[in-house]
Amino acid sequence: MEATVEVTGLRKRFGPTLALDGMSFTVKPGHVTGFVGPNGAGKSTTMRVILGLDAADEGHALIGGHSYHSLRHPLNHVGALLDAAALQPSRSARNHLLWLAHSQGLTARRVDEVIEQAGLQAAARRKAGGYSLGMRQRLGIAAALLGDPPVLMMDEPFNGMDPEGIYWMRGFLRALAAQGRAVLVSSHLMGELQDTADHLVVVGRGRVIADTTVADLIATASGGRVTLRTTARSEAMTVLAHAGATVAATDRDTLIISGLAAEKVVALLGESGVPFSEVSAHRATLEEAYMELTRDAVEFRALTPAGGSGPSGSGVSPGGTVAPRASTEEAAR
Amino acid sequence: MTAGTVTPYQPYRPGQQAGRDGFAQVLHAEWTKFRTVRGWVIGLLAAVLVMLGLGLLSAGGSSHTCQTSGGGPTRTGRACLPTYAVGPGGEPVDDSFYFVRQPLAGNGSITVRVTSLTGLLPPANPNASGPNGPADTRPGLMPWAKAGLIIAGGTNQGSAYAAMMVTAGHGVRLQDNYTQDTAGEPGAVSAASPRWLRLTRSGGTITGYDSSDGTHWTQVGAVHLTGLPSTAQAGLFTASPDYNVVSQSFGGTSTTGGPTQATAVFDQLGRSGTWPAGTWTGDAIGAGGSGPPGAGAYHQNGSQFSVTGSGDIAPVIAGHGNEGDPDFTITDFLLGTFAGLIAVVVVATMFITAEYRRGLIRTTLAASPRRGRVLAAKAIVVGAVTFVAGLVAATVAVIAGTALGNKNSYVFPVSWLTELRVVAGAAALLAVAAVLALALGTVLRRSAAAVSIVIVAIVLPYILAVGSVLPVGVSDWLLRITPAAAFAVQQAVPQYPQVTALYSPGSGYFPLPPWAGLAVLCGYAALVLGLAAVLLRRRDA
Repeated sequence: MEATVEVTGLRKRFGPTLALDGMSFTVKPGHVTGFVGPNGAGKSTTMRVILGLDAADEGHALIGGHSYHSLRHPLNHVGALLDAAALQPSRSARNHLLWLAHSQGLTARRVDEVIEQAGLQAAARRKAGGYSLGMRQRLGIAAALLGDPPVLMMDEPFNGMDPEGIYWMRGFLRALAAQGRAVLVSSHLMGELQDTADHLVVVGRGRVIADTTVADLIATASGGRVTLRTTARSEAMTVLAHAGATVAATDRDTLIISGLAAEKVVALLGESGVPFSEVSAHRATLEEAYMELTRDAVEFRALTPAGGSGPSGSGVSPGGTVAPRASTEEAAR
Repeated sequence: MTAGTVTPYQPYRPGQQAGRDGFAQVLHAEWTKFRTVRGWVIGLLAAVLVMLGLGLLSAGGSSHTCQTSGGGPTRTGRACLPTYAVGPGGEPVDDSFYFVRQPLAGNGSITVRVTSLTGLLPPANPNASGPNGPADTRPGLMPWAKAGLIIAGGTNQGSAYAAMMVTAGHGVRLQDNYTQDTAGEPGAVSAASPRWLRLTRSGGTITGYDSSDGTHWTQVGAVHLTGLPSTAQAGLFTASPDYNVVSQSFGGTSTTGGPTQATAVFDQLGRSGTWPAGTWTGDAIGAGGSGPPGAGAYHQNGSQFSVTGSGDIAPVIAGHGNEGDPDFTITDFLLGTFAGLIAVVVVATMFITAEYRRGLIRTTLAASPRRGRVLAAKAIVVGAVTFVAGLVAATVAVIAGTALGNKNSYVFPVSWLTELRVVAGAAALLAVAAVLALALGTVLRRSAAAVSIVIVAIVLPYILAVGSVLPVGVSDWLLRITPAAAFAVQQAVPQYPQVTALYSPGSGYFPLPPWAGLAVLCGYAALVLGLAAVLLRRRDA
């Protein structure tokens, strides 16, 4: 069976809310596909539809060309981590995995294997109710791996993990993809996916906004702009505007130029004898690219427009990395 | 597995080979789920213990103390109880009546005309005093006062017999071996409207006939008596059961009673076959019993016989309605079923609602997308574990309760088949109630609501009915239409229409037959389970 997830034209309405509005994308094997979008964009609903838990009003989702309901041992095809808190608190982690294994005709030996893979050996016989969120995420990963499936789906797997856990999780997801599996990882924080995903499906308001590689997304967001630092601001503006570029001053000595490549800028300034200290291609961060894309898709915008971030753009990801906030592009306005 | 290893893409080949697809795996998974939550296992054990505790408490709690009238040693326990004659079927029987008899050798028949049945009842108010003693008797008849022909194996109490009789309130009857009763011509007997009765013996078969003119005869029935000796005792009899009025008021019952007597007038006695003695003998069968002075006599005046008798030829009624009746049936030892049921209902409901509460239902349904199978597997697991727990509790309660009850008191004997039905029925009652709770939990997805509804539907009607809180009529209806009807499966002894007694739920008698009662609960469970299956399939998880 081909390790893919194909989602085609999913539509779903919850009362007055249109949760999915023509969601379509494909998750390919051998890659970690980031599934990003603000809260309420339809990521979890899409995953539930893929797993046959929610019924879509329109459209369909296929796992390796088959509907989920037709899979006889679904966990051998798709491993999913939807909600790490979905545990019976008084049941031990091992017993949780055991019943899941029994439902697929798998044995206790396989349970012990995935416990080791997820690094839960020491805590496996403890009650799951006493687990930290990070340990629950690991238990969820172990459950997803039970059937050794070619497709893995994780909904917000980084939630509640400490930095060490996030590091482990990133490497783990990349390794799973490197084995040829299709890995779909959702997050509402782009920063979490920065070093993990190589393909991105960006969603907002129930539909796909962008379906692209990480490199392409950044290039698009960067928009071929060039940053120039010069003490002779007005001369530089005159020369460059004359050559057909759009020039914006952001600072006393900084200009943002669009419409001209960096090499061309250097040549023009050299010819005209305008001094400059730095010319660089402006490179947007993934976070910026994401903000740009989802600006209109954020359902509940913060009342204060400053920073241009919705409620999801908290800036600090659980990994402790500070995501870039005030972008040059914002400042240029 | 090292992070960041980059290998060329190869299509992924899973290492885990799927086992056989089947319902057995879903069942296995649900069983693993059940046994790995300690609280649920403890809940079931609690159900077993509470059933045993309440059952044995009721068996050990009753003890008698009594003293022979006129002084004598104080006796306790079984020594206080009357000894019951045992009928051919092994059940305790009342067997006291006045018998005017002759031996009948081999086959033959006897015919008689009854022209009158009259009687005396105890005073309406036993505390009032009359001119002749504490109070005067008054004329009147118990509805089941009876007189007629009888062919019996002997004069010992508990002998096999068949009898054709007129009764005060229930027309002509053919009765045999204490428990059997067949209706003949209806209506009361009088000089203007006499009844002819006939009994014919042919081997072990006795056939009863009645007639209103002595010419046109109707066969009422034919009964087979095993162990009837070749020479039987045949003749006339009269019996009149004790006066027994049960008045039920809110919260309890009270019984007033006392011995009665009836007198029947016979003539046109005809016989065929061999009657070697040639003369009639009068015997008060079961004499020494409680008859008013003068009860139990006969007078022959030419071809006319007047026979006065007291007592009854009938099964002893278990329960608490009649004084001197057996204290216990095995039903009493299963008093704790309702309490065990509460624990079982909580566990069975949690088996599904805990999954909804934690969102675990999504894991379950993602692992087993065929949702009907999941529900079926859950129902089977919860039904089976509850049945086993119920079976253990009921078996021990009945066996230990019988031993304990017989030490202090008297436990009504029942056949092993009845015992099996009562014990297995109690277990089935718990199991089906558990399935109902599971199904309702699936429909409502809330523990508290589902548990409350099931308990209100099953336990509350039962307690109201058995606790004699409601009038018998209301109780009977509750135990017909609510799921509590299933408690009928625990009824140990049958209700005998030919014996007047208080057949109330409080004394262990239910309005529906055992299996019909259980079927009512099964119906409810099937209905809700069907609804649960539809909703589980249709709803988003």
